[in-house]
Order: sequence, then structure tokens, then C-alpha cells
Amino acid sequence: MSLILTEEQELLKDSARSFVADNWSVGELRKIRGELDGSGYDADLWQQMAALGWTAIPFPESCGGLGLGYAELGVVLEELGRGLVVSPLLSSVVLGGGALQIGGTEEQQQTLLPGVCDGTRLLALAYQETPRHDPYAIATQAVQSGSGYRLTGRKVLVLDGAAANLLIVAARTAGAAGDRDGLTLFLVDPTAAGVTVKRNVLLDSRSAANVEFDGVEVAAAAVLGTPGQGAEILDEVFNRAAVAVSADMVGGIQQAFDITLEYLKVREQFGAKIGSFQGLKHRAARWFCEVELSKSIVLEALRAIDQEREDRAELASACKARASDAFRLSGKEGIQMHGGMGVTDEADIGFFMKRARVSELLLGDSVFHRNHFGQLRGF
Amino acid sequence: MENVNLFRQEIRQWLEANCPASCRQPDSVMPDVVWGGRRQVFEHEDVRVWLERLIEQGWTVPSWPKEYGGAGLSQEEEKALREEMHAFGTRSPLFSFGIGMLAPALMEFASEEQKREHLPRIARGEIRWCQGYSEPGAGSDLAGLQCRAVRDGDHYVVNGQKIWTSDADVSDWIFCLVRTNTEVPKHEGISFLLIDMETEGVSTSPIELISGSSPFCQTFFDNVRVPAGNLIGEENKGWTIAKRLLQHERTMLSEGSRASAAAQRKSLLEVARDTMNAPEGPLPDAGLRDELVQFEMDRICYGATLRRTMDAAKAGRGMGPESSMFKLFLSEMNQRGSDLRQRMVGSDSLVWAGEDCPEEERQITREWLYGKASTILGGTSEIQLNIITKRVLGLPE
Repeated sequence: MSLILTEEQELLKDSARSFVADNWSVGELRKIRGELDGSGYDADLWQQMAALGWTAIPFPESCGGLGLGYAELGVVLEELGRGLVVSPLLSSVVLGGGALQIGGTEEQQQTLLPGVCDGTRLLALAYQETPRHDPYAIATQAVQSGSGYRLTGRKVLVLDGAAANLLIVAARTAGAAGDRDGLTLFLVDPTAAGVTVKRNVLLDSRSAANVEFDGVEVAAAAVLGTPGQGAEILDEVFNRAAVAVSADMVGGIQQAFDITLEYLKVREQFGAKIGSFQGLKHRAARWFCEVELSKSIVLEALRAIDQEREDRAELASACKARASDAFRLSGKEGIQMHGGMGVTDEADIGFFMKRARVSELLLGDSVFHRNHFGQLRGF
Repeated sequence: MENVNLFRQEIRQWLEANCPASCRQPDSVMPDVVWGGRRQVFEHEDVRVWLERLIEQGWTVPSWPKEYGGAGLSQEEEKALREEMHAFGTRSPLFSFGIGMLAPALMEFASEEQKREHLPRIARGEIRWCQGYSEPGAGSDLAGLQCRAVRDGDHYVVNGQKIWTSDADVSDWIFCLVRTNTEVPKHEGISFLLIDMETEGVSTSPIELISGSSPFCQTFFDNVRVPAGNLIGEENKGWTIAKRLLQHERTMLSEGSRASAAAQRKSLLEVARDTMNAPEGPLPDAGLRDELVQFEMDRICYGATLRRTMDAAKAGRGMGPESSMFKLFLSEMNQRGSDLRQRMVGSDSLVWAGEDCPEEERQITREWLYGKASTILGGTSEIQLNIITKRVLGLPE
């Protein structure tokens, strides 16, 4: 499959880019980081995105989707990432919707996916419990209770958890934290008795919740997939999400590079444009190479997911590792090359570094993914 | 499409009838490269016969026009030929600076008469060419070259010295950058001249590298009289040709390193397992394992970038001077690979010569040492970065 965009994908890219230009600016991030009352997402913006069909891209037409793939979703994510847009696309469509699509019964999908596709159903996947991404380090207990289960535990970094009207919760029905076996996914109503959702605004102005489950009763029908086999779903969701978040990161990487390159061409010191100094030039060229490498691996990994290639997990790790490192470099070099302006709140470049740090730690940083890649490849 | 299928059939029949069994995998006796030239010696008669038959077909340079020694194949046909040969387990053994660097420049800049004189002899591997670019005082600053050519009637008289002339001591002709005007800015006084190495006054001497041997020479010109008809393009306009040829060189170097990387005997992982005595399971040295993983991931990212560029080129959306990016990556990755391999092999790789000195390990160390040249030759990494900043990023001078 070709690693350049098709004509249709180019059109999608153009339309996403003008949507972001018309409806968003980095300045929004300064505003929403202070808004602690709401649920952390812009409902109008979200409905417009849904109206454009973006929320429906990867789902089958039988469930209200467009029947397209991650190659297309990646195009949109990249443009949103370029503008540092805050929206629940990753949380609801990729993480939540992905879990539902991979593990849900026909009935669950028919009931819930149409709402995901039209943007009214907001899903959030509650998986993480440890400070660093560790897929099976799940201690939240789900014990049999009557015909259903009772959930007890605490989740962190639940992306858009306060905006969601349905949670998908990874809990343990057997084994101990760290075991791959014994995990089960549950559909949980966030307003159910015993669920406490506390929203935090993250440093890049995106929102995530810490969620407590204190003896929350759920029905047997709330189980997603086969009890004890939840890792099968999670593994695949994490592959997709790692690539999806990398696509978002590539947009940010490119934009951070572009605005810094522009700055190098206009800022003058010692009577010359600072972009004429070799000390900065060569670093800019190295950075450019990183941008190109990141773009390529994201394109490759998105296509591997759509084709369900055998090596998609390896590529997902190679992709997330590269994008994480390249975005970190972009934040660091972007700020350094902006000089004193770079560390002010007035300059946009700082927001790219903040988004980079959140995205980097989300779903595993490059250290995690190198190790994971090594395991998959038998190193 | 039907025509190409027919063509593929013809190729297969021809290969079956003409390719000697000894020139097919897995028992191929072909050397990695037949460089050609007046001094070419064939260790195996079959290889000579095979090359001769390919030359008759125009298949050493299949896409060149027939009048220059090629077969005039279209892109599609050339691809078919390459694939069919590969499937058959064979290839053309002829590879040379003439084919990879000089010929594309001649096609673009030489007169018809010059093309007819030189191209067929390159296609047939009759003349081995070397490159006279760098000088002791003109390395990265190539345009600062001083080798003088002064017009004297219908000849140029050349005096000066070239360095890093690969294989000059076994080559027949040299394509040279010479200074024909010292009164103008440095880029505007350079000409592109072809010189027969048998002319009186040309001499060479080899340069020994840190690896203990080397293909590099110095080449000296002492009142060498060169016919004025050997000038390519206009006098003093040689820099344009020189730059174009460097692009071809970078492409050739990128392809060359790819081939040699693929030909490595043992994978890095196998070497790691051997030296750590860990036939299975996670490699016990976590740091080295991390380096290996990073290297492997970089290769994947690099491969994807290469394919993306080729896909873009096929769709008519070329990226431009990306050859600099690829030269930069490949040379650095090669260097990292051989450095990693050498360190992993450990103590056996530290022996220079001696009584208990395994050849394979010795070779790994030689490659590591020689690899240090890869980020310098053909334009240093820093020069590649300059090209990127100027032509891709448009940063001010």
C-alpha cells in the first residue's frame, strides 16, 4: 500500500486543515486551562466534528460508521494535532470505540456505536492505575455479585473521563496485578452509585479524570468480550491508540518545526538572521530529518493497522517510540531556538512542548515501547 | 500490460538459454562487482561469457538508448527485467563509477559526439573511470579546487593534484574538475575535463587508511596535455555538472550501502546471542539490547521514509534534494551498525594480526575502521546538513 495520501485523503486533509483554521487557535488552550467547572470539552466543536463525519470514520456502515480506516482517521488526527485541538476523538473513538468494536457483541455494537458515530455517545476507557503506562498492572477488582459483578478500585489518567457518558473499565476477575490473564472489560455508567469522577486539567489543557469505583454493581450484560480475556481487546486497542496518538503528535511535531523555522528566518541578532548561524542551522536540519522519519513511520503503521498486518504491534511500538522522541525534541529545540520568548506564556511554542509531554507519557513513552518492541521481536 | 507480460516471457527464455549455470544462485561464482576496464581479469570464464552476452543485449544499462549501448527499455520494462533476473537468481555483475556517476552527467551535458565516444565503452565495461574531484586543499570546500588547466592551442595543459581518487591506480580514465579561470569567483572558473590516465604526466599513489588498506589514491598531473575536445559543456561552466554528478554519487552511495548492509553475514541479534551466551530469552545486557532495538527501529523508520519518497516520485510529487537526507542517514546508520557489531564481538575483534586471529572478527574490525570514512566521503555529514538547510529549509546564508 502506497505511503502517500490518495486524492480522497488529500481532500480530507484540506478540509480538516481549514476546519481547524476556522474554529480553533492555540489561544483556546490558555482559556480552557482555567475552566474547571465544566466537563473539559467543547460540545459545539465536537458536534461540528461529528457532522463532518470524523467520529464515524473507522466504524462499519451497519453501525452508522463510514467504513473507512485508520489511514483516514490518521489524516484528521494529524491536522487536529497540528492545531493542538482539544477534543474527545482519541478517547471516545479510538480508545472507547476501538474497545467496543474489537470486543463488543453484535448487540452491544448495534446499541452503542451509532451514538459514538454521531458524537452523542462519549466513551472513555479507564485502564491505567500506575504512574507509568503498564498495560497489565491492573488491580481493580471485579468480584461476582449475584448474577453480575461488584467493582472496586481506582483509575488514573482516564482521558476525557468527566465528559464521558459511558466508561469502559478494565478490572481483574482473576489473577494479580501484572498478569495478562484474568482481565475483564466492563461497561459502566459514570453516574452509577459508587462511581466518583474527579476531573483534572492536564498541563496541555486536555482533560483527564481520576475515577474511583467503590463497590459499584454492574450486570453480567455489562461485560465486554470474554471474562478473563480482556487483554486480547486491550492489546489491540493499545496498538491502534499508540498509532493514533502518534498521528496527532506528528501534526504537533510538524507545526512546532514550521513555526520555529519561520522564527529562525525573521529573528535578528548580531546584525544577521539567527537562521544563518550554523550552530542553529544544523540542528534545524537534524530536526527536519526527525520530522520526516516520524511522518513515514506513522503512515506505515496506520496502514499496517488497516491491513491487520502481522507486524502491526511492532510497528505501533516503533511508531510511538519515534513520535515520542521526535516530539520531545521538537519541544526542546523549539523553545531553545525561540530564546527568551520561548519560555513566555505569550509564545505558542511552549504549548507544543506541553502537548508533547502528555502525549509522550500517554500509552507508553519511548523507553516502554523499545522494551515492548524487543519483547515482540524476541530480542 | 500484455506486452510487458510477453516481454517477461522473452526474458525468462533468454535467461534460460544464455545465463551460465554458474552465474545463478545459490552457487553463483560472480564476484560482488565487475568493475571492467582495460585491466579487468576474470577469475571465472563463465562470468566473462555472461557479461559479454548481457552487453550484446544492452542489458548492463537496460534503460539507456540503443545507440549508447543500452536496450532502450521503458521504466516498466526495466523493472520487469530487474525482477525477472532477480527471480532467476542472477544479475548483471557490471557496476562502475562510469555507469553510476559519469554517464548520467554525460547524457545531460555532453555533445552528441562525446556521448557516442564514451557511453558505449562504459556500457560494455571497456573503460574504468575514476573521479578527480577533491584536492588536499579542497575537501568540503570543493569549489576551492586549484588543479589548473591552461588552454594551449587545441589542448589543455593540466597541472595539479587530486586526492581520494578511488581506484585511480586501476582506472583507465578520470573525470576531473579543473580550474580554467583564476580571475573570477571560485564557482565560475571550474571546468569538467575527461583525461586518459595513460597520457604522459599522470601518476598515482595509494593512500593507506586506518583500516590498513584502502581503495583511495592521490593522483598527480604534471604538464599533462589533454585534447580540448575532452571538455564537457562550456569552459568555466563545470560547477553545474559537478553538482549534478554529486547528486548521482549520493544516490549511488545510498544504494551501495543498502546492498552491503543486506549482505551482512550474521544479524546483530545473532552476534549478540553468541557473545552473551544467550541462545534464547531476553538478552541479559539490557543496555545493549536497548541499543539494538533502537537500531532496528531506526532501520524500519528509514525504510518507510525511502518508500514514501519513491511512492511520491512515482506519483510525480518528487521531494527534491532528499538524497542528502538519505546519504546522511545511511552513512550514520552503517557506522552505528559496524560500531555496535564490533563492540558486541568483544575481545576477539581487538586483534590486528597474529597467530590466533580469526578472519571474520578481523574483518568486522576492518569494516568498523573503514566505516569511519562513510560520513566523510561523498560530502561530509555536515555538508549534507548544509544542503538540507539551504535547499529544503531555505535558511539564510
